Amino acid sequence: MNIALEINGTTEHLDVAPGVTLLDALRERLGVTGPKKGCDRGQCGACTVHIGGRTALSCLTLAATVTQPVTTVEGLSTPERLHPMQRAFAEHDALQCGFCTPGQIMSAVAAADRGLAEPDEIREFMSGNLCRCSAYPTIVAAVRDGASEEGRADATV
Amino acid sequence: MRQFDITAPTTIDDAVDGRHTFLAGGTTLVDLMKLDVLTPPRVADINALPLRGIGADEGGHSDNGNAGHGLRIGALERMSDVAEHPDVPPAVRRALTLSASQQLRNMATIGGNLLQRTRCGYFRDTTMPCNKRTPGSGCSALGGNNRGHAVLGTSDHCVATHASDLAVALVALDAEVRLVGSDGARTTPLADFYRTPGDTPEIETGLRDGELTTDVVVPHPERAAHSTYVKVRDRQSYEFALCSVAASLDVRDGVVVDARIAAGGVGTIPWRLPGVEAALRGEPATESAFAAAAEVATHGATPLTHNGFKVPLLRRTLVRALLELAEGSTR
Repeated sequence: MNIALEINGTTEHLDVAPGVTLLDALRERLGVTGPKKGCDRGQCGACTVHIGGRTALSCLTLAATVTQPVTTVEGLSTPERLHPMQRAFAEHDALQCGFCTPGQIMSAVAAADRGLAEPDEIREFMSGNLCRCSAYPTIVAAVRDGASEEGRADATV
Repeated sequence: MRQFDITAPTTIDDAVDGRHTFLAGGTTLVDLMKLDVLTPPRVADINALPLRGIGADEGGHSDNGNAGHGLRIGALERMSDVAEHPDVPPAVRRALTLSASQQLRNMATIGGNLLQRTRCGYFRDTTMPCNKRTPGSGCSALGGNNRGHAVLGTSDHCVATHASDLAVALVALDAEVRLVGSDGARTTPLADFYRTPGDTPEIETGLRDGELTTDVVVPHPERAAHSTYVKVRDRQSYEFALCSVAASLDVRDGVVVDARIAAGGVGTIPWRLPGVEAALRGEPATESAFAAAAEVATHGATPLTHNGFKVPLLRRTLVRALLELAEGSTR
């Protein structure tokens, strides 16, 4: 079936089978490999993207059902200019292997957009993003820092 | 995933043709299709249907006489939106907030949540016998790992728990569910909607072929203003309940006037506890009275090899929920 997806501001036209997930469409058809295939069962959060501005699991989303704009980690920044949350993750060393990081960043940006600052709030909001290297303490620190930096960046626009 | 056809009906009449499996948030259906547990040949993406909105009930598709006295929640509302809506009673908001993860709450709908399938590992594993998935094949949990399974409402054929937190809160608050099928609309109490397994564990609800959940109605939400949901689980977040209790308590002059209580994680369906409610009425709102009433909750419980801990856990969770409400009581 023919579908149109708005990915990081660009409209993409694809011919997909009904069972193709948004994650597979992104990775295998469009070369958008930021979202990772961890469990492929909606349990690990490595595939987290924003759909219509909200975090969602692209592995449990059928591409044919997507009607709202999709943002992946690629849509947050350019190679020259990282998103404040990406800088915060780097500065806090909030990762080890990095496989979960694109999904962590997408949830972290959504957490910052909601103004979450308390560690408990951040942990609850981010509990659907597993980190098997268990970098959780630095992830929480990065989200707090990235959120305040994001706020400052917005204020200067 | 096996091949299937997909359509996207824009009217309810088109959706309820009896030929399609409904796809809303997809968090249960797509997962179980990937596992080959569900293999529907035809799927209808119902997200374009006009089944949204949270607000005063105006009768919906069938007037049950409660119009204007209930809070209506459209079946396609997302869990995260309902969790944050100020008109939704605290027990329901808290049950939703303590469910799943933020991503899943953003995706999953109220209608889909009520119809989610059990998390029993044997149901999800097509290489294992399971009477719910393949009637007559046997129950692997009876002699297998059954730590997470039910102690109430079980049968020799199935001991799987119902996984929804939301349903527990809604059953406690006497919520109704509205349904539309090709024969028209009807309303049923949610508590009557669910079926214990008996010898037909594959039948989980009273849903008829092709029927679609359109709305959930919480009658007299003001009576649930003093309500809560307590969930006990192996992790602090993103985990199903080992045991949970939804309760609404009305205390006047230190005496329980009314209580509505249901438990989750311990039953094959969301488990209303009318015996406990009756035992509480007229009693002082004290820990000792709550503990005495909680004894009634586990009458008839049938623990399995690994889940005997759920019997005292249910009583303690119940007391904790009631104490929380009694301590927060303003009257």
